[in-house]
Amino acid sequence: MIDYNKALSKTIREMKPSGIRKFFDIAQGMEGVISLGVGEPDFKTPWLIRKQAIDVLEKGKTCYTANSGLIELRNEISKYFERTIDTHYDPQHEVIVTVGGSEGIDLCIRSLVEPGDEVLVVEPSFVCYSPIVEICGGKAIGIQTKVENEFRLTAQELRENITDKTKLLILPFPNNPTGAIMRREDLESIAQVLKDTNIIVLSDEIYSELTYSGRHVSFAQIEGMRERTVVINGFSKSFAMTGWRLGFVGGPEPIISQLLKLHQYAIMCSPTVSQYAAVTAMQSCIGDIEKMKKEYDMRRRYVVDAFNKLGLDCFTPQGAFYVFPCIKSTGLTSAEFCEKLIFSKKVAVVPGDAFGSCGEGFVRVSYAYSINHLREAVKRIGEFLRELEDEKR
Amino acid sequence: MDRLIGLLKSNARLSNSELAVMLGKSEEEVKQEIERLENDGIIKGYTAIVDESAYDPNSVFALIELKVTPQSQSGFDEIAQQISGYEQVEAVRLMSGTYDIIVEVTGKNIRDISLFVSQRLATIAAVQETTTHFGLRVYKDNGIIIGSDEKDERGMMFP
Repeated sequence: MIDYNKALSKTIREMKPSGIRKFFDIAQGMEGVISLGVGEPDFKTPWLIRKQAIDVLEKGKTCYTANSGLIELRNEISKYFERTIDTHYDPQHEVIVTVGGSEGIDLCIRSLVEPGDEVLVVEPSFVCYSPIVEICGGKAIGIQTKVENEFRLTAQELRENITDKTKLLILPFPNNPTGAIMRREDLESIAQVLKDTNIIVLSDEIYSELTYSGRHVSFAQIEGMRERTVVINGFSKSFAMTGWRLGFVGGPEPIISQLLKLHQYAIMCSPTVSQYAAVTAMQSCIGDIEKMKKEYDMRRRYVVDAFNKLGLDCFTPQGAFYVFPCIKSTGLTSAEFCEKLIFSKKVAVVPGDAFGSCGEGFVRVSYAYSINHLREAVKRIGEFLRELEDEKR
Repeated sequence: MDRLIGLLKSNARLSNSELAVMLGKSEEEVKQEIERLENDGIIKGYTAIVDESAYDPNSVFALIELKVTPQSQSGFDEIAQQISGYEQVEAVRLMSGTYDIIVEVTGKNIRDISLFVSQRLATIAAVQETTTHFGLRVYKDNGIIIGSDEKDERGMMFP
């Protein structure tokens, strides 16, 4: 008999599975559940992009590409960075096409973190950062952002958490799950704290195109910060291409050349068909982003207003496609709230503490759904809250 | 105000307050804008989109092409207006191409429509020829997918 406990890596065995697994299983096994739980667009990938993939398949262009990706695509990505964040990355040496933004995050953390290093992770945030840090033997230090600061990272919070072991700061804005963004002046004050250190910044900008007030600003744009910033972005959220698994990384050559080695050995290259399709996305489908964004924006306004009217305080997010209402007034924990809601009204939302302990007292609501779907969900949540009130009496 | 029209076309039952929130306007502004669109004849009315075959499995939809001799004074207008006056007619359009006018009709059964064509349309002096096409199945109507429950392929929950 094999002793799997001995066979498997201790680090992996001790890694906690994602906190939403339980709710996922409940929701998946129930009839008639309406979900507000997904983290991907409800739009289909624009037709031109799908058509390009079909053409590429018909022509049989299915070989490996260069490790760092098709040069045509890297050229487009380089232009995209210049256009959107006024930052130049050499398409030959400073851009890698990755398997989703996720691979970019993995490459970056694994290329930088050594045992004993500390990595600052802004929380609440997407669930993948800390586990990867731990695989590397690093220590993830959560920086807990606050609703009164609209979940932005402040210079003081950052300063308090820096030690001589700090290697990397993970800056995930626009933020999943809070919808918070960092404005230029917020980033400038972060830059002031970092400028004389050796700390690298992983700026996860996968939701950059979904910024509802003003223009998205990257940390790489802040004076002097390009040299210490790795920018992660991708096609999943902006072009509704989640299943195509395509992201990209831009950064200074000394860092990117190291990431590329890891990418080479682990992945070889990103999916070829997706890469060709992504060239079309960049060249011909920028207008689709704007259309989708307008639609999300209307839903955002609707959902924020609806939750506030229901008595669940909800700050107005300026990015991504989530709202993060506070449920403390119900007297329930996030997990209790989500569990009761799904059992009594068959509405699935994600408990805020799945994104870090400071998400306790909140739930994440995705508005990547049609208005009619959202209205039905809001109606059911309203009934749920009234019934909770009645129970209390 | 394209967005207001777009929203109303997708769901005319959205309340003014819901529309106002989504568009970032006041309820009063939305109310006035809708009144203006109605008064200017841009919004002609509000209707329900019904899956007729689910409501009455015997009902039949037909598109009837008409070749028409234009009248010296009114061209096609007078005839098109006359046809529009029939209660069972849902839409009348003047078309380019091999025929002149297309008429959309829903009837209780095929006989119902046959009678309408033979007694009402074919008898109009200016109508030279009619071609009736019966609908077999509706897949989409007024922008709404009909007759198939398109499933959300996405997982219920994802971080």
